[in-house]
Parts: sequence; structure tokens; C-alpha cells
Amino acid sequence: MMPFNYARARDPADAVRLAAGRTEARFLGGGTNLVDLMRESVEVPKTLIDVTELSQEITARDDGSLLIGAGVKNTTIAADRRVRERFPLLARAILSGASGQIRNMATVGGNIMQRTRCYYFYDESARCNKRTPGAGCDAIDGFNRIHAILGASPACVATHPSDMCVALAALDASVHTVSATGHRTLKLADLHRLPGDTPHIETELAPGELITAVGIPPCSFATRSVYRKVRDRASYAFALVSVAAALDLTDNGTVRDVRIALGGVAHKPWRAEKAEAALRGGQATEASFQLAADAELKEARGLRHNAFKIELARRTLVACLAELSRRDEK
Amino acid sequence: MHFNVNGRDHEVEPDSRTSLLDLLREHLRLTGTKKGCDQGACGACTVLVDGVRINSCLALAVQYQDRAITTVEGLEADSGLHALQQAFIAHDGFQCGYCTPGQVCSAIGMAKELERGIPSALTEDLCAMSMAWTRDEIRERMSGNLCRCGAYNGIVTAIETTFAGESAR
Repeated sequence: MMPFNYARARDPADAVRLAAGRTEARFLGGGTNLVDLMRESVEVPKTLIDVTELSQEITARDDGSLLIGAGVKNTTIAADRRVRERFPLLARAILSGASGQIRNMATVGGNIMQRTRCYYFYDESARCNKRTPGAGCDAIDGFNRIHAILGASPACVATHPSDMCVALAALDASVHTVSATGHRTLKLADLHRLPGDTPHIETELAPGELITAVGIPPCSFATRSVYRKVRDRASYAFALVSVAAALDLTDNGTVRDVRIALGGVAHKPWRAEKAEAALRGGQATEASFQLAADAELKEARGLRHNAFKIELARRTLVACLAELSRRDEK
Repeated sequence: MHFNVNGRDHEVEPDSRTSLLDLLREHLRLTGTKKGCDQGACGACTVLVDGVRINSCLALAVQYQDRAITTVEGLEADSGLHALQQAFIAHDGFQCGYCTPGQVCSAIGMAKELERGIPSALTEDLCAMSMAWTRDEIRERMSGNLCRCGAYNGIVTAIETTFAGESAR
């Protein structure tokens, strides 16, 4: 690992000040991904700004919304009674990710900013446009079973590995940030970018811009929600495909509203707006679920080893919607 | 820098790159905590910080100054081995023993999580106030600790008998 300076920020403004003008500075959360990347020389920051002690609160408002500080540990969110009651899909997504030890270390901000687990990104001897812009991509013609089927480009087929972000995308969450130019809020679904020609630029955040919190707006029907993760082993593995969904049905079985996001399929948590649009206002039937999945996956493209994910995503989405439509809870 | 490990205070000046695992093993000579993968995949390095289990290989030591760190060396009481350590012996919870310190520390942290009502991926009712001790729950909650000898059945039984009591069996 290359040497670096370590500084502990006293508050978000201090963190921003410490990062100002230092393009090779990184904010440090639990370190569960960043420390590993530094050991592999994929990340070589000259300064680490420790922000784990900042933004520790989960604040609930009467309207049903929640504001989760960026320094809150993943375990703390999943254990929070308000999260479990109002947004069970978020608790379930977090609990399906990583291990107990890692969830105890990992922060919300770090979870959002974690990097892909594409093997070629970690392998210094492989070509990777994300690691070295313009170098080429060894995943496209390599072993690409875990790679993207939606929104990929000839430059990059990596996926975003987070489970938590898939639930947050479905919940229309927003990300609050602070930087030298002030505070701003953007939608989580707009934070991560598709790879295009610049897969090394993964988010819309500017250098030195710090995530301070995640806001979840009220969603009355999130109580009727699910997070289903399909993976190679029963626990402690990244998703091949995951689905976060919430369904709001009228008494006669019409879809009043629906939220869907997919994980493991793209360079970002994939909000399935086409599937949602296909479902809204229609009857909740197996046939309509199939049509919605078809609408979302029409543009999906498989590589040599990952084409199975298209059918897997289709079936997982249909199964989730069927499960939700059978539940008799509100 | 000040570190508190197993109730003892230490003044050490590690490099900012030093992991908590290397601090324990190389600087403090507490070699009970093991280095397996050194990338958070195997759990052999699991220690408790303020009673919470973490992977010490992914933890930079500088981040854990002034915290109460417990390693396998700190589990023994005046009366002898920790009850869970005795149970690992009684139920063949290991063969080579390399993963055992991490398994034991992880299980102690896991038991506290379960007693506090923190759900797992297997928990059916997220709003339940208390969680059941089942073998499947133990397996799910211990999935961050690998045992290449495959002593899992013994590990689960050792944890179950120590923490779940006879009523859960």
C-alpha cells in the first residue's frame, strides 16, 4: 500500500476543507472496500479523510420520511425500528448484503460510493478502462458471468454491487451533499452514471463533495415490499440479479402505484421505470407482470457468459410482483 | 497513539497503513487473531470493538484509537476458557483451528446482535421484538466466517448450546 496522510474530520465542513484542492484525497468510511482497493493499488489516495464519526443520526419526520446520516452503519439502519416498519425492503436489502462483520463497519456513504467487484478492475495485470482510461476492457471478451446486461457500453460492462442502493432507488431516495460550493440534493437514481465512454467517472459528485445524508420520502405502500436477491451461495455473495419492489393495489386488484429497481444488472442501481409504467393502472396479473418485465428488459443485452441474467431478471421480477400481489396486508 | 486491547492500555505509533490486524499481531504480539484472506472474505481476523464484531484486516488501526478492542486472548476468565471456547472443544467445532479465534469472537458479537433483536436476512417478521435461535439463523449470521476444514456442524452446535440454551434445541 502506498503511504498516505490520515486526518479525522470534526464535522462535514471540516471534511470539505481538508479535501479542498486535493484531488487525490478520499473520504474514509468503514474502509471495507477502500482499504482493500488501496492494498491492490487500484486506489492510491495521498490523503484519507476519516468521516466515520460524522452524520450519525436517523431522523424521522411525522410525514413518514426518514433522513439517514451518511455515517450511520449498515447494521444500525437494518436494526432501526422505523426502517423495519416503514421501509422493510431497505432493511431486507441491507441484511442480504455482505456479512455481519462488514455490515457493522460499512457506512451509508461508503456503501453508495463503493466500487464495482469486476475481477478485471481489481487485477492490475488486466486491461480496465475504469482503472486506466483508454486501456481497454478485458471483461467484455473475458469471463463475464457477473457483468451488466443493461446500460453497458463497449468501454465497460461492470455492475454496481450495492444491495442497499437498489432499495433506495426504488424508494425514490435523495442524496444530500456538501462541498466547497455549498449544499445540494440529488436523486440517488441520478447519482451513479452509466459507463459510456468514461467508466472511470462513476458518479455525478465533484471531487471533494461529501455525502452527508440520504433522504427517503414517505411511501405508504412500502410496507408491502420485497427485496429478493439471487446469488451463487445462500449468504455472503454479491447479487447476480436482485429486485426491490413495492406494490400498491386497489381493492379490485388494480395497480395504483408500484416501485421497482433491479440490482446486479447495470453500472448503477437500475430503476425499472418502463416496468412501472406498464403496470400502473392495469390489473395485477401474472400476464401483466410478464409484459412489464418484457418492457424493462427489451434493451437487455447478454455477453458470452451472462445472457442467463436476462431470463433470471425477468423471472425474479415476475416472482416478486406475484408475491406482493398475493399479500393481503395494506 | 493509544489503544486499549483486552483491558490493557498500549502506546504505539503505527504507520497510517497498518491494519488493526497487523497492529495486534505484529506490534502487540497478540497472534491469536489470524490473517486468512486479508480482504474481508474469510472472517479469521474477527475481533470485537466496543463489543461489536468487525474484520480487523479491513480496519485501519488509526481509526480504532481509544476504543475497547477484545481479541481471543481477552475472552478467558479467571475460571478458565470462555464457555463458547469450551463448547467448541466439546462439539468438535474445529479441526486445524486456524479459523477458530475468528469464529469464537464473531459468535460472541453475533449473540449480542441477536439478543438485541437485530434481524437477519432469514428473519420472517421484521417487526418482531425478539429473534429465534435456530440453526439456520446461526448459519446465516455466521456466514462471514469460513472454515475450510468444514467443521460447520460442530461450530453451529457449539454456538447453539452456549447461547440458545436447551430450550432451543
